[in-house]
Amino acid sequence: MKNLIILGGGTAGTMMANHLNHHLKNPDWLITIIDEKEEHHYQPGYLFLPFDIYTPEDIIKTIDEFIPKGVNLIRQKIDSIDANRNMVMLQNGAVMPYDVLIVATGAKIAPEETEGMQGSEWQKSVFDFYSFEGSLALRNKLRDWEGGKLVVHITEMPIKCPVAPLEFAFLADSFFKHKHMRDKVEITYVTPLSGAFTKPKATEALEHLLEEKHIKIESDFAIERVDNETKEIIDYGGRTIPFDILVTVPTNKGDALMERSGLGDDLNYVPTNKATLQSVAHQNIFVLGDASNIPASKAGSVAHFEAEILTENILNFVHGLPLKEEFDGHANCFIETGNGKALLIDFNYTHEPVEGTFPFPGLGPLRLLKESRMNHMGKLAFRWIYWNVLLKGTHIPFVSATMSESGKHYQ
Amino acid sequence: MNASIAGKEFTVNEEGYLTDFNQWNEQIGESIAAGANITLTPRHWEVIKYLQNEHKSQVALSIRRVGKSGVVDIKEFYALFPNAPLKTATKIAGVPKPASCI
Ligand SMILES: Cc1cc2nc3c(=O)[nH]c(=O)nc-3n(C[C@H](O)[C@H](O)[C@H](O)COP(=O)(O)OP(=O)(O)OC[C@H]3O[C@@H](n4cnc5c(N)ncnc54)[C@H](O)[C@@H]3O)c2cc1C
Repeated sequence: MKNLIILGGGTAGTMMANHLNHHLKNPDWLITIIDEKEEHHYQPGYLFLPFDIYTPEDIIKTIDEFIPKGVNLIRQKIDSIDANRNMVMLQNGAVMPYDVLIVATGAKIAPEETEGMQGSEWQKSVFDFYSFEGSLALRNKLRDWEGGKLVVHITEMPIKCPVAPLEFAFLADSFFKHKHMRDKVEITYVTPLSGAFTKPKATEALEHLLEEKHIKIESDFAIERVDNETKEIIDYGGRTIPFDILVTVPTNKGDALMERSGLGDDLNYVPTNKATLQSVAHQNIFVLGDASNIPASKAGSVAHFEAEILTENILNFVHGLPLKEEFDGHANCFIETGNGKALLIDFNYTHEPVEGTFPFPGLGPLRLLKESRMNHMGKLAFRWIYWNVLLKGTHIPFVSATMSESGKHYQ
Repeated sequence: MNASIAGKEFTVNEEGYLTDFNQWNEQIGESIAAGANITLTPRHWEVIKYLQNEHKSQVALSIRRVGKSGVVDIKEFYALFPNAPLKTATKIAGVPKPASCI
């Protein structure tokens, strides 16, 4: 019997277990998935928790209810990978040999990378919303906050779901309006980028929205430290921005197990072929989701498209066939803009988000790069789709793994 | 877009970055630096040479990487190329603007 091991039972690992379970069967293959946690979190929900839009129950389920029978689930911390001997070492001392390894250990926040971030103000006036604990602490703070300077901040790129901090700023605007206290809150959006986003067309649309909502933008800000005494963030150029509440997205990093295994780059992401999803260093190691270094968005929708293509490539690999160079960086993200509206963007490695209709060219019903209520319904429906369709590895009708150029207004 | 400095022709994109590193020379670097109000000292040149070598070996550049390079720390990098150091320094070095992935 051959062994296929999946590291990480989050979004991407769960999808791969469900896909491959249909193809690699006992007694020829044993599929094992390893995760240290009991719970599976719907991470996009961390954005809504601080505003009391979702409750913790809405976004937490268990890992095992999404792992198919026949797949071996092991709850252990993974210590390291010995790629030269094809073995995974667990924290309890167990050693597990593999024929094929899939890395899906994701990315997480590393606030310790920035001086003072986890200082005396951490979770008092300095918060993150990229972890469950951070998001919950922020909810409790916002419930009875009386106003002041709210600073929404990105430490450095890349981060998971790069539009989430903008969405946070938009939702904050809408939240304080509904509480009739928008005039008591000054919202500033601070980014290391030169503008609201990395792609020109979307940046234009998003900066327009920031202006409309009276959210100030401070760009090209590379943070050096958080001053807990004066409640300021300070950048390497000496620029200071004062806050009453700082909502920061700390540096994101892959799991430290990559460092222990000598398989990661300087942020613990695994160097990966961006078209085949095979690791650069080892032919029998494949990587998907947030754990890889490919220049695509770190998003659940990307992991979904990757999973369809990687399933084919794993089967090609085990049958000795050449890998398909098919992944094009396809991402599809709803952007909440507050007041019950949202934008939708659809893009890949080479095509930036533009206006148009989705998924049916010319018809929609969703409109690209334009605010609408329909898009907002789409964002809310995404939670249901996530639990019921995405994790199970079911193909979403009419939405292909590679991006479609029709219905989009390229110049 | 075509530009010319000291009789040498070169092409830049709409943001002012050279489109072909082979067209770069030190005079072009100095002239781009002057446009950003920077007078290049030997320290500047060490950083520029480092960026060019990284570019030649196809390493993706980031502020974090530069800071850990041992060539210059981030604080000094900012002092040498104020405001947006990586963008300014790569422009002077004649290498493409680093793509911040999303
Ligand atoms: C605030 C926020 C908003 C977001 N919004 C959206 C959105 O609107 N749309 C969208 O598509 N995406 C969104 N995302 C991104 C999305 O959640 C991630 O891209 C997706 O979950 C990545 O899946 P993954 O499997 O790569 O990683 P994860 O789902 O994080 O899974 C990694 C798993 O590996 C396990 N693991 C890691 N290291 C070890 C170890 N050493 N031992 C044992 N187990 C280990 C972890 O316990 C975890 O279960 C958002 C993310 C955040 C934080």
